[in-house]
Amino acid sequence: MSRKQFITILVCLLLGTLAQAAPLTIEITQGVETALPVAIVPFGIEGERKPPDDVAKIVAMDLARTGRFEPMDEKDMLAKPSQPENIKFQNWRLMQQEALVVGKVKHEEGDRYTLSFWLFDVYKETQLAAFNVTGTEPNFRAAAHKISDIIYEKLTGEPGAFSTRIVYITAHQDKKDTLLKEYSLWMADADGFNPQVLLKSKEPIYSPVWSPDGQKIAYVSHESGKQQRIVVQEWSSGARNVLTVPLSGRQSAPAWSPDGKKLAFTNHKDGNAEIYVLDLASKKVQQITSHWAIETEPVWTPDGKSIIFTSDRGGRPQLYKTSANGGAVTRLTFEGVDNARAAVSPDGKTIAMVTGIRNDSTSRLEYKIGVMELATGFLKILTDGMLDESPSFAPNGSMIIYATTTRRGRGELAAVSVDGSVKQSLAYEDEVREPAWSPFNNK
Amino acid sequence: MRILPKLSVALVFAVLLLNGCGTTGEAEQEQGAVAGGGAAAGSAEDAAAAAAAAKAAEEAKARELAKEQEKQALETGLLAQRVVYFDFDSSVVHDESMPMLKAHSEYLASNGNKITVEGHCDERGTREYNIALGERRADAVRRILLANGVSASQIKVVSYGEERPAALGHDEKAWALNRRGELMY
Repeated sequence: MSRKQFITILVCLLLGTLAQAAPLTIEITQGVETALPVAIVPFGIEGERKPPDDVAKIVAMDLARTGRFEPMDEKDMLAKPSQPENIKFQNWRLMQQEALVVGKVKHEEGDRYTLSFWLFDVYKETQLAAFNVTGTEPNFRAAAHKISDIIYEKLTGEPGAFSTRIVYITAHQDKKDTLLKEYSLWMADADGFNPQVLLKSKEPIYSPVWSPDGQKIAYVSHESGKQQRIVVQEWSSGARNVLTVPLSGRQSAPAWSPDGKKLAFTNHKDGNAEIYVLDLASKKVQQITSHWAIETEPVWTPDGKSIIFTSDRGGRPQLYKTSANGGAVTRLTFEGVDNARAAVSPDGKTIAMVTGIRNDSTSRLEYKIGVMELATGFLKILTDGMLDESPSFAPNGSMIIYATTTRRGRGELAAVSVDGSVKQSLAYEDEVREPAWSPFNNK
Repeated sequence: MRILPKLSVALVFAVLLLNGCGTTGEAEQEQGAVAGGGAAAGSAEDAAAAAAAAKAAEEAKARELAKEQEKQALETGLLAQRVVYFDFDSSVVHDESMPMLKAHSEYLASNGNKITVEGHCDERGTREYNIALGERRADAVRRILLANGVSASQIKVVSYGEERPAALGHDEKAWALNRRGELMY
């Protein structure tokens, strides 16, 4: 028996310590019809000190956010075992739970804790996983996210992306001068917690991308002289480097090669935009495209052999592919009015893009996120906004985060599963745009 | 040096009237006083140095006046217009913008001042594509300035794409105001 489930989780703006502030509120707006009922029992507490956070709650929220699980409400739990010996599976079956997680947090010395948990299949009464995870006071949420990753993988066969991060950009409107904006580049956990500002500027910041080693963010800002330049910033130290390239003109649209050694980018000069590749060690550049039309928004395929980019050489923007050394160009997209801003899935089989579609009744051009199978060319539209853009894959390939504009005209982030079945919205108090999901190794 | 003749004469007049007394008159008075002082000091070197100082002061005043004139010129007529508007997805400059661009070209060619041309887009389409389209628009304006006598070293170009809208709405009314090139002095 299937039922439509709309799960709403609001992560509220907590007044209190900065470590707990979560300016991004995340809401599941659509879940899968067959979300798995899972019970995550509040963890038992051992030792002198109380843990700084509620592990079971963090895990439940992580799993719920994927839209594929329906965690049981703690209030409905009649028993709250914290060890396997105390579990009566029959009771959990009666409450229609299919998976069960029990665990405990033990305070060790100083600020260290050991989080232990067991995962069970309720109907088969078999143990699927048992792990101890170490957590420290400042990194406690990270330990809980690790538990979510393990549970997710055991139950779905896919790696979890709960220990990942996102970067995004906010634009703050000055109340007096409504057109003056202050731009901020933020980094936060994938669930919106622990946000930190990496850069604040009165000049626009855009196109943030993670380096493959998860240590650096490249972005475009209008530095001294106000022209657009690419900046590479190490997020942990704040050290930043404005890239100088042996080209005249202005640079934007950075894209890291999968091995992290090169940066593809767009050089703008004399009204023309071409794609180049910069070797970060030698500082040499190689021209990849050569055409009077606009060529921009380069992205690499995961094998490092090809670059997919946007060009309007055919009249309207479309996606094209060339080798990482340039040369022959093949067109990839043929549907819709235009297609731009490709993002490649981690397995290299799918690309997400911004597809412009003419609304037949209003005759307005609307921009939505589409995904296309590279092998077949089959395009599926995943979203239904008017101005959706900036798609970015989660490193496990399960979801795409993107920027959308609400009907009232506010910029927000949203996420959709690659099959379109799960939708989330992520709101902030300011205009938010240009999300980028980190790779797995971002610590 | 090409100056819009009628306009500049009127401006000089206006500046003089506004200042109350004529600057040339002041300089003359100064020179007279200095010459007198030099004679009193009794040395030819001193007199020459004093005269040179007076001349430098006069030149500085003249430069200041010219700058003031330029600034005032920029606030009147065609030169006060700074924006070129474009159609959707286009970087074609319409005929109606030409008189304004010609006026700016003459102004720049005559005084060698610098200018930045900013290119902008409406919010539709992806951000980086709009950076490139904004560049195209700024460059289209730049080429018109070059064709009308401005030298390349005077012009800088920057594109803000859709990042700096002039109007915040989400309809054609706002979009039309955002598809623009701006001349920034």
